[in-house]
Amino acid sequence: MRIHRKFTGLVAGAAAVSLLLAACSGNDSANDNDNGGGGGDAAGGGEVEVFTWWAAGSEKLGLDALVGVFEEQNPDITFINGSVAGGAGSAAKDLLQSRLQANDPPDTFQAHAGAELTDYINAGQLEDVSDLYDELDLRDAFPADLVDRLTVDGKIYSVPSNIHRANVVWANPTVLEEAGLDPAATYESLDDWFVALDAVEAAGKTPLSLATTWTQVHLLETVLLADLGADAYSGLWDGSTDWAGAEVTAALEDFQKLVGYTNTDRDGLDWPGATQQVMDGQAAFNVMGDWAVAAFEEAGKVAGTDYIYFPVPGTDGVFDFLADSFTLPVGAPHPDGAKAWLATVGSAEGQTAFNMAKGSIPARTDTNPADFSEYQQTAIASFAQDTIVSSLAHGAAAPIATLNGIADATSKFTTGASDLATFQDELVAAVG
Amino acid sequence: MLRKARQWGPPLLLITPSLILIAVFVYGLIAVNAWTSATDMHTAAQSTGVTPSRFVWFENYGQLLGSDSFQHSLKNLLLYTVVFLAGAMFFGFLWAWLLDRPVRFEGVFRSVYLFPMAVSFVASGVVWRWLLNSNQGEQASGLNRLFQMAGLGFMQNNWWNNVDTGIAAIAIPAIWQLSGYIMALFLAGFRGIPDELREAAKIDGASEWQMYRLVLFPQLSPVALSAVIIIGHMSLKVFDLIMSISKPANYQTKVPAIDMFTLKSSYNYADSAAVGAILLLIVLVLIVPYLISVARAGKR
Repeated sequence: MRIHRKFTGLVAGAAAVSLLLAACSGNDSANDNDNGGGGGDAAGGGEVEVFTWWAAGSEKLGLDALVGVFEEQNPDITFINGSVAGGAGSAAKDLLQSRLQANDPPDTFQAHAGAELTDYINAGQLEDVSDLYDELDLRDAFPADLVDRLTVDGKIYSVPSNIHRANVVWANPTVLEEAGLDPAATYESLDDWFVALDAVEAAGKTPLSLATTWTQVHLLETVLLADLGADAYSGLWDGSTDWAGAEVTAALEDFQKLVGYTNTDRDGLDWPGATQQVMDGQAAFNVMGDWAVAAFEEAGKVAGTDYIYFPVPGTDGVFDFLADSFTLPVGAPHPDGAKAWLATVGSAEGQTAFNMAKGSIPARTDTNPADFSEYQQTAIASFAQDTIVSSLAHGAAAPIATLNGIADATSKFTTGASDLATFQDELVAAVG
Repeated sequence: MLRKARQWGPPLLLITPSLILIAVFVYGLIAVNAWTSATDMHTAAQSTGVTPSRFVWFENYGQLLGSDSFQHSLKNLLLYTVVFLAGAMFFGFLWAWLLDRPVRFEGVFRSVYLFPMAVSFVASGVVWRWLLNSNQGEQASGLNRLFQMAGLGFMQNNWWNNVDTGIAAIAIPAIWQLSGYIMALFLAGFRGIPDELREAAKIDGASEWQMYRLVLFPQLSPVALSAVIIIGHMSLKVFDLIMSISKPANYQTKVPAIDMFTLKSSYNYADSAAVGAILLLIVLVLIVPYLISVARAGKR
């Protein structure tokens, strides 16, 4: 009897443990079934989960427009919106990192084209989509410069959906006039611009509005571009320009001077807060990518009278580009759906619909510029004729670890915790 | 033997599931974390095994502890903990002491002081980000504007944007939220002291101060110790408040928990794990003596 009881205990214990294990494995098999079913569906339609950080504003409108075209082209594939809001994409990237790590990738995900893909490629998480480029004749549809930048060891890992320009200054003409400046004036170099910034400061307004760390890195990159020129700037990323050199020191001095013109609450703002200061007439200038045009339009501002824009002084004729693109992850549950999505993203109809809503410009060269707004038309013209360089702050020029290293050094410098020499040393260390 | 098994068996069986879960998901993962922190897994490719990673013992710890920015994070953490702890204990005790006397509307005051605790750090952080705006002069807003309106313009400062002491400004909302809780602890402590003791002290001719120092404070010390442990370990884990007031990339408000997050986002898993291990050690320094003293008290 006693022995019997002991056995009962053991059996009960074993049962408890196996229940526990069953609970764990039960989940797995459920997932497998799901995947298997999904794969079966894909033959006759199926679904596609598209992972983005386009969850609000003009980005959401753009995604909706793109989905409209996709559903027209692929009526039998169900679109599943996997967008994650928050932190200008950082929340989405963190979630994506865990999902890829756990071998649970979405069918396709948004990523900045260029060096930001390096980590995914090196980790073996992306499929080569060169075949898709051949199949859809995408190599000829995109500018050669862009395709070169997307190619790693002869392979292409993503399809760009849109192009943004980073080196744009937005200004409030009313504030400029109050400071005795001509809104139509153009500035040849940063030194010319400093004169105007001094005038605004004397008039009692914030000369240049700035926001948190990434916008400071954004400003830094345009200053480097202005002072070093396009070739030497590109050389910063392939090692042919020396980060410790005197030219970089001179550029950092200009950066230091520019930060001196900015609002003191910069670290608490994100870019809309800084752009808002220009709209409200508190600040004269703001350096921001051309997604800012959507913010101005949303506020009912008119280009030319309420706000003006021009390339960052010293960078005229250079297009500091960044692009969003879509990928095909290794182990995507619905690769056919993903390929259909990539085909829509790469198509002229898809790019036109998406970019009309989002405010960026198509990566394809064969869309009709007349479909787009006034600013977009100027950007399309510049993109076709300017020298193209890659943006640092938006993942086109350097991998994430390098960018984070540069961002840390920049934040340390702008808060006054390091001097210029230390700043330069830390930049050298971050890139090296 | 069998009787022992019968005594031990059923309780053991009952706690087995949680033992297994804790073994796997707490201690197992701590072990994995320790292992990761001793490798050179600094890139995405190494984390998926595409390129191999090596075992480097304590190299990551050496580099982290030797770097200026991590020392800055540790210094920030220390400053934050000191300010948060001192502030919450001071205000918590003060309010409890005031409410301990017979006051009208005691229940109202108690609730008012306790309410902030019901707000999450993230939500209160958003509001405090506006209050702690660092603009001064004409463009001031939040507390700086309030100082101007009250004629206290000289008290304006740049709050959390001061690179040396900015982190102390982040402790202000934390103190605001947790003081009420500390008050509740102390109030319970005060109420737990029998009235006879106070009466006896008065009859013996003790002054008010003597009564507090010799009779009441000694009886409150276990409460005070618990409060220090609770606030202390919350302070060491601070993350959400900083994320919502400042930004993870802002150098002036970095603490180890923020470093852990940003390193992880850069695929630097080894350093991130090392920061986690260092944080765990710091918490242990605080918790272990407490557990030992509790265990001793239990035996007595």
